Parts: sequence; structure tokens; C-alpha cells
Amino acid sequence: MSDLVADLLAGKHSALARVITKIENRAPGYRDIVSALHQHTGHADVVGVTGSPGAGKSTLVDKVAAAYRKQGLTVGVIAIDPSSPYSGGAVLGDRIRMASNAGDMDVFFRSMSARGSLGGLSTATTDAVTALDAFGKDKIIVETVGAGQNEVDIVRTADTVAVLVPPGSGDDVQMLKAGILEIGDVFVVNKADLDGADRTVQQLREMLQNRGDGGRSGRADSGHHGPDQTAGEATEGDLATNGAEDIDTWRPPIVETVANRGEGVEGFLDALADHGDFLDRTGRRDDQERARFAAEIRTLLREDANGLVTRELERQGGLDRLVDDVVAREIDPYTVVDEVLAPLRDCLDRET
Amino acid sequence: MSVEHEQSERTIRCLVAKVGLDGHDRGAHVIARALRDAGFEVIYSGLHRSPDEVVQAAVQEDVDVVGISILSGAHNTLVPKILDGLKQYDAFDDRLVLVGGIVPDDDKAELRTQGVDEIFGPGASMEEMIAYIREHAPER
Repeated sequence: MSDLVADLLAGKHSALARVITKIENRAPGYRDIVSALHQHTGHADVVGVTGSPGAGKSTLVDKVAAAYRKQGLTVGVIAIDPSSPYSGGAVLGDRIRMASNAGDMDVFFRSMSARGSLGGLSTATTDAVTALDAFGKDKIIVETVGAGQNEVDIVRTADTVAVLVPPGSGDDVQMLKAGILEIGDVFVVNKADLDGADRTVQQLREMLQNRGDGGRSGRADSGHHGPDQTAGEATEGDLATNGAEDIDTWRPPIVETVANRGEGVEGFLDALADHGDFLDRTGRRDDQERARFAAEIRTLLREDANGLVTRELERQGGLDRLVDDVVAREIDPYTVVDEVLAPLRDCLDRET
Repeated sequence: MSVEHEQSERTIRCLVAKVGLDGHDRGAHVIARALRDAGFEVIYSGLHRSPDEVVQAAVQEDVDVVGISILSGAHNTLVPKILDGLKQYDAFDDRLVLVGGIVPDDDKAELRTQGVDEIFGPGASMEEMIAYIREHAPER
């Protein structure tokens, strides 16, 4: 096990790949590995890219990765695709788009499937980012199809989140519905050469005006930050500019790209860099990191506490027996929970 | 502690790769889909990959199975390059290497001695292939 960690830190690609496999499989010993890697992290800049299927995420990521490589930076990419709810199998096809980085081992591209486990995926993604960070990647890109809550959890692992909106994604009500506006730090209208792109940009701009600053950049932890949170500060007049007078407010830019031809990629990189500068200038990067670790600890606590409760349930005769009693109206669910947790409560009470 | 009940059967990961100047990918698509339906995770390479790219994908994706589809007749040139690349990255021993396509009988023995585990030609059934992978997927 420690060999694997040593090999990863020494820059061995197959060790990095194997560590991510263990993380995905939650194989025995994976926790020790991730624990050992933690102290070597904190250097990578993490970008999340999300958007509807076919929006052009993989193609854009490919071009961005190539641009970073030209700057002499190393890149890690985690691309998440859905898996079949029936067989559990998946076809992970994002790799096809990585043509610009073919054969370049300093772009480490890894496909992950959702594997049906909602909570598990965000933990696995976080841990995989840890592995890439410890490996020494300068930039890490997490790419995922955006359609709901799950993606929001995943993009929380990122410092900067880019949301791709293809032209003709429906009217402004669709954008309200999709809930994508809250999570984006940078918006990209890809396939900007298609009809309707201007209109999509216009709609996005209007929607973002109404968003105020209640979005992601304002949130440190699940949307609630300290008293300096200034939701609704944005007024209709000063929206188009990132005015110097409100330097603490991030106005998500809208970038137009044609990813398959590489157009607009520079502008996108500039927007990502601007957001990075903003995070540093305002101290939000640290806030986000704290919030991220807090969320991670909470998630892990919940999972492990669940495991403990399951064991305690077994010790007390198993769930089925308790359900029998509840069905027979001999006891009610609340009392069951009180009784199952009684030993834990006793322990806590003894301490205080 | 909670590891036991988290531990389900490990998901087998397969790379389906098209190498060289060979534009026929319908077979590869059909196989990718069948493997998916068998519950495997399939990474599809896309067309016209170089041996280096196949190696890169096999290493980074840490696949259990490297499936190489070649219909062009260039297997004697391309497959050894892939095998060498896998060895270079220390990713050969714990991986199943399968070749699918048109391989004359005379070439099969040579590919096998070089490290190909199995060769599936025309007429091989999907069930056969899936059963083979289930049985021979490396223990890790």
C-alpha cells in the first residue's frame, strides 16, 4: 500500500491510475492511501466544467488542457459519465475528444462512471482530485454532465466552475429550471457559430442580472456566508462591468467559444484566470477550501456514523425484528430510534 | 468499519481501441455496447489511434482489459508496439490483452507468444467473449 503512495509521489503514472481505481472501488486500504496523500496536496488549481450532454464539454476541456500544456503546466482531467441504472455498465466516451493531447502523458485523463451511488461519487471525485493534486498536477479539470443536484456536489470540489450552455437550450424558463445559474462562475456559450447563439448569450445575461450575487462565488458554505454576504447588491445599472467600486463582487462573465475549432479558448482561459485572481484577492479561495473540507468531513462522518449505527442495529437483533414490532404496533419508529441510539447517547452524556 | 458492506463486486473496466488506418468501427461499437450491457465499464478510444495513444489510455484508465480491434491486417506491426508500451509503463502483467478482428492463423501463435491473451475472429460470439473476460480478468 505505502509502495503505491511512494510510487505515486515519485510520479509513476500506473501508480496514480491504480490509486484512482482503488478510490473508485473503495477497495480495502483506500482510506489509508488518501490519508497519506493529503499532506502533499493544496497546490493544484481545480476547474469544474459542467453542462448538458453534447454541449461540447469534452472538446473544450481538450483545448483548454492543450493550452495549459503550452504554458508548461501539467494537467489532470476527471471526466464523469453516467452509468446504466440497469446493468451498472457504462460506455465512457469523453476520451475520444482528447485528440489534442494524444500521447502526452502529462495530461492525465481519467474517465469515471457515476456507478449509481449518489453520495459516493462526490466522495470519489474529491479523493481522485486529491490523488492528482498529490501527484503534482498544476491544473485539474473535473468534467461532468450537468442535470441536477449530484453535479452541484461534484463541482463543489472545484475552485472555479464553468457552465456550458449550447445555443438553443430553450427559453429563459429552462434556465431557471435547470438551476445552472447558481453554480457557474464563468458561463460559456459554446458552438457560438450556430444560429441562436446571440439570443442565448442575451438570455443568459438577463438571467444573470437577476441572479444578483446569490450565486456560488458568494457562498462559502452551502450558500450562507458571513455578514459580508451582500446578496442583491447588484443593481440593474452597473451589471455589464466588473466595476472597481465593488471589487468584492464577482460578476460571472459570458464567454463565446467554438471549441472544435479552438475559437474563444483564450478568452475562456482569461475568464478562468480572472476568477482565480478574484478568489485570491478577496480571500475567497481560502474560504472555499475551508468550506470544502468542512463538507467533506461532514460527509465522511455521516457515512461512518451510518456504518456504526448499522452495526449497533445488528447487535440489537437487526432491523427486521424491530420492524416486526412496529408493524404489530408494540412500539413506534421514534421510540425504536431512541432505543437504538441509547448507548451512543449514554456515552455522550457521560462525557459532559 | 463500514468497508464490508460498501464492498460490492468490483467493476471490470475495458478499453475498446481502434488502432491504425482502419475506419471500420461498427464491430467495436457493437462490442462496446455488449460489454456495457454485461455490466462492464467501457472506455472507447475512437478511431485511428496510434499505439502510443492506446497505451496512454490503458495506463491512465487502469483498465483490466485492453481490447484491440484491428481489421486492417497491420496487427503484426501495431500490437507489439502496444505490448511494449504497456511493459514500459509497468502496466502489462496485470492486464488482459485481447485482439479482435481478422488475424490469419499463422499470425495468432506469434501474437500469443508476444503476450496477447486471446484472439477473437469472425464468428466469435459475444457471450463467449464476455465469459472469457469474467473468467480471466486479473485479480488485483
